[in-house]
Amino acid sequence: MVKKKNKKTIRLISRTALLLILAAIIVYAITSKDKVKVLAEGDKAPDFELVDLEGNAHRLSDYKGQGVFLNFWGTWCPPCKKEMPYMEDLYKDFEAKGVHILTVNVGEPKVKVELFRDDMNLTFPMLWDKNKTVMDLYNIKPLPTTFLINPEGKITRVIKQGMTKQQIVDYLESIQPK
Amino acid sequence: MDLVTISSNLLLISFIAYLVATLFFGGAIKKSKTEKAYHNSKWGTIGLVITIIGFLTHIGYFATRWIASGHAPLSNMFEFTTAFGMMLVGAFILLYIMYRTPSLGLFALPIAIIIISYATMFPREVTPLIPALQSKWLFIHVITTVIGESILAISAVAGLVFLVKNIDMTKKSKQRFWIEAVMFTLVLVLGFVVTSTTFKTMGYEAEFTYIDKNEAPAEITYHIPPLFGMNEYEAMTPGAMKPWVELPPIINAQRLTSLTWSVAVGAVLYLLLRLIARKPIAAVFQPLAKKANSQLMDEIGYRSVLIGFPVFTLGALIFAMIWAHEAWSRFWGWDPKEVWALITWLFYAAFLHLRLSRGWEGQKSAWLAVIGFVIIMFNLIAVNLIIAGLHSYA
Amino acid sequence: MSKITCQCGHENPYGTELCEQCGRPLSEKAKESDIVDMRYEGSSRRSQTYKSSIVDKIWNFFSSVKIGVGIIAAVLIASAIGTVFPQKFYVPASTDAEYAEYYERLYGVVGKIYYQLGFYDMYNSWWFKVLIGMLATSIIIASIDRVVPLYKSLKKQRTRRHPSFMKRQRIYGEGTIENTAESFAKAEEELKKMHYNVKTENGAILAEKHRFSRWGPYVNHTGLIIFFVGVLLRGIPGFYVDEAMWIREGETRNIVGAPGYVLENKGFTLENYTKEEAEEVFGAALDKVGSIVKTYRTDVTLYKEKEGSLPGSDNLEKVEDYAIVVNKPLKFNGYNVFQMDYKLDELKTMTFHLVEKSSEESLGEFTVDLSNPEKKYDLGKGASVNMLGFYPDYDGIKDGEPYSKSPVPNNPAFIFQMNTPEKPEGEKSFVAIRQTLEVEQNDYAIKFAAAETRNISGLTIRKDKTLYILLLGGLVFMIGVIQGMYWQHRRIWIQEGADGQVLIAAHTNKNWFSLRKELDKLRESTALPAYKDRQDPELDKPEQEGDEEIWT
Repeated sequence: MVKKKNKKTIRLISRTALLLILAAIIVYAITSKDKVKVLAEGDKAPDFELVDLEGNAHRLSDYKGQGVFLNFWGTWCPPCKKEMPYMEDLYKDFEAKGVHILTVNVGEPKVKVELFRDDMNLTFPMLWDKNKTVMDLYNIKPLPTTFLINPEGKITRVIKQGMTKQQIVDYLESIQPK
Repeated sequence: MDLVTISSNLLLISFIAYLVATLFFGGAIKKSKTEKAYHNSKWGTIGLVITIIGFLTHIGYFATRWIASGHAPLSNMFEFTTAFGMMLVGAFILLYIMYRTPSLGLFALPIAIIIISYATMFPREVTPLIPALQSKWLFIHVITTVIGESILAISAVAGLVFLVKNIDMTKKSKQRFWIEAVMFTLVLVLGFVVTSTTFKTMGYEAEFTYIDKNEAPAEITYHIPPLFGMNEYEAMTPGAMKPWVELPPIINAQRLTSLTWSVAVGAVLYLLLRLIARKPIAAVFQPLAKKANSQLMDEIGYRSVLIGFPVFTLGALIFAMIWAHEAWSRFWGWDPKEVWALITWLFYAAFLHLRLSRGWEGQKSAWLAVIGFVIIMFNLIAVNLIIAGLHSYA
Repeated sequence: MSKITCQCGHENPYGTELCEQCGRPLSEKAKESDIVDMRYEGSSRRSQTYKSSIVDKIWNFFSSVKIGVGIIAAVLIASAIGTVFPQKFYVPASTDAEYAEYYERLYGVVGKIYYQLGFYDMYNSWWFKVLIGMLATSIIIASIDRVVPLYKSLKKQRTRRHPSFMKRQRIYGEGTIENTAESFAKAEEELKKMHYNVKTENGAILAEKHRFSRWGPYVNHTGLIIFFVGVLLRGIPGFYVDEAMWIREGETRNIVGAPGYVLENKGFTLENYTKEEAEEVFGAALDKVGSIVKTYRTDVTLYKEKEGSLPGSDNLEKVEDYAIVVNKPLKFNGYNVFQMDYKLDELKTMTFHLVEKSSEESLGEFTVDLSNPEKKYDLGKGASVNMLGFYPDYDGIKDGEPYSKSPVPNNPAFIFQMNTPEKPEGEKSFVAIRQTLEVEQNDYAIKFAAAETRNISGLTIRKDKTLYILLLGGLVFMIGVIQGMYWQHRRIWIQEGADGQVLIAAHTNKNWFSLRKELDKLRESTALPAYKDRQDPELDKPEQEGDEEIWT
């Protein structure tokens, strides 16, 4: 009798286990949607190397131990244009505090970017993503998109819209090394 | 004579051969008194030889057309449907050699003849291949699918023989109604062939401009008198008949016109046949099916599903997926033609399970086989004509 | 729930219909039946026997073939409904409102209902996925439930069966023959010639062939499960990449979804069949349809980031040149790049003249490459043009400035400064298509002379690590169906009864006519009693007298 009872329990457990696994798989199949892994807050910011308009190479890893405010933009995008003067005002102060503003143009003609810069009197380094490599690396869809990267190299926030000057100040302060 | 002409002539020879062979199979049934004689009938053997000759010229048509065009002749409705007819005969020959049953021939060959006549209603020019079809998979995928489908179709033929034999045609019943409906449908196809051929020989043409469902202007040519007009049509051919009604843009009025003509002519044909025979068409064929052994027909029906199912899976799903991955970058895209191949596959899977585990044999199994054939024909014809998708190369 | 002990002494599991060893009917149902149900050899199918807990009930639900067929039918009907109108992914819309509008506009009320019921995205709906999941569950459970007992009982079967088993077979015959021992020896020899495995046991013969075909269904079900697993894995990031990108002629661009790879588009070609090359063969078709496309081709060069360099750096090495055409994707490192789409004739360059208005004399011409304009164009003889502003997709003036609504050169506009020996300080002019604005009256003007265009290739990038799993699933499925369908498991029992009578019975899982054919062949050479197929009432001559072979 003991043996039979055992057998019955084993059967119950194995059947329950199999059914639960199958149910879990079905639930997973229904809920899983996004196949593409998108960079999210908390992820390590992938390193890259881009040249600015003057031809100087910048690597993200050059700024290890410091905060990086990584802004992707295009000349035709009005909110991008709007926040440029704010960044211009703030970038020098914050560079001293260990936070760097890096702007990345998403592969427009170089002359177009230069005209834009001269027009707006911008002096901070503008990186030029000729082949859109870094844009794809960071899965940029809407512009402007800004990544806040803390001194440990982690993404602390992804902002997918334009910002006010005060917001930029707050964001810059949030990634300032302590 | 150039190759394309030779090719057409070979097809014509096959067509005639199948007609003649049908008569011999009929003779085999009429002339034999005992079952043994029926299976060993000289008439049957002659019928088989003629069928094989027809099949060989049919392959000749296929090969010469291939040489002429430089690609496997499986790229449009005419070529595809003709190949289906060819493989249907091929599958019949295979099963005839296995089981020696003239009754099967008496039903299989006329169906092949109807299919081939239907095929010739489509444009028959040799067309160059569009980029998506330029692949070795055109031949591999399509021919395997066609072979699978035609073997499956033989199961419907066996089912039909079984049903014609076993349904009591003297009493009113659902089964009697439906078997007659199947016969009626076959007559309708004849109706279509008759209508199209008649107007084609008359050289009828009526051109229209219209506004399509995407609100873009388009042109269309009717080859039969237009009963229904396209959305916001304007006649371009002077003196042509004025359509009765104008239809909304989502309905293709030209195809509806063809359908209506076929149904009307088919119905008249059917009534004529009924008047001559003075009984249901199925009852006319009943004596010819009587000599077939029901168990044997059941087994042929089942056997052809067993043989055809793996071939169909390979061609219509596996090869299809491999090619779809090469050409369209995805192996499965829920395109209507793909979905209907899946439906066909699911249907036969259900058929096999019902038969294996639930004991659906005999009449039930025969009906399922007939429905399976309807699904195959739907995928072959209706999906291309009604539901537009990536496969719309009609 | 105790074991059932058969008269022969064998202990059978509870629920067994026919004794696993000798075949005696054990259940009431089997005892009463004329012809026994030989599916699964009358073995005890667990699901049918234990019905205590909820888990068992769920298990039994999925184990039932009836339910399985029901699920198949449901999937079939749902799939069919999904083809009535085009599915979501074939509809040119992006928002819910647009979809709703599309279906209602084209298909009226029916279309609206179709949309509202969610049929417009049938194959991604949760309940369609649940159905597929249930199908997979049913396949797994039904197979487990059947294969084990079937295997056990086929393994335990004995050569000598009880007469009650023999008598209940579909093909059965009995009679006396003259020299039993000799006939049996002959039968054994003949059966072996027909590739049967023959076992003998004091006056009993069991000839069996193609037992492996019984495993076909379970093999093909395994194939299906492997396939399902493959499909499931596609949901895991990294297993599956599906991206699309547009790349202009002359452009070099990172390949979306394939980190570390860069593609240069060296030219897109659209070619039609020409009458000359197609000769007389395609002439008729070309006359009828107009033009038929022969090729869509993108000539590309593939580059790869050099080892150790970072994304974005120009540190690239060439991998290969390739011509991507339909049906011939570019393949590298598990990725496939397909030719999928194209756009023709986007503006590439614009050529202008600098002219003196009064004399309409040209001081020279210059060409602006819209994807890479220059700051200054020197025209010689002291004349030059400076680029002060470039608006690729000019869309009016906003906030007092020209505004470009996108980076695509759909409607380029420029602000040029014209420097001439006459006016060395320069004159400014705003130049757009069919439009020139001047702040002050200028002596010089920029006149449009010519434009060049280029094409854009639409490419799809795929990587699918699950393909091999899917292919394996397909292969296993094919092996399973062929094994199960192209062979039949046949058994012939011949034995001498207690009273000297010879009993013959036969069973096959399908194709009884072929089995009968073999039996007839056996009886031609060996004296054996006649048999009867008890499910073929139409055979009016049940005793096939030797030469009465109906199949040849």
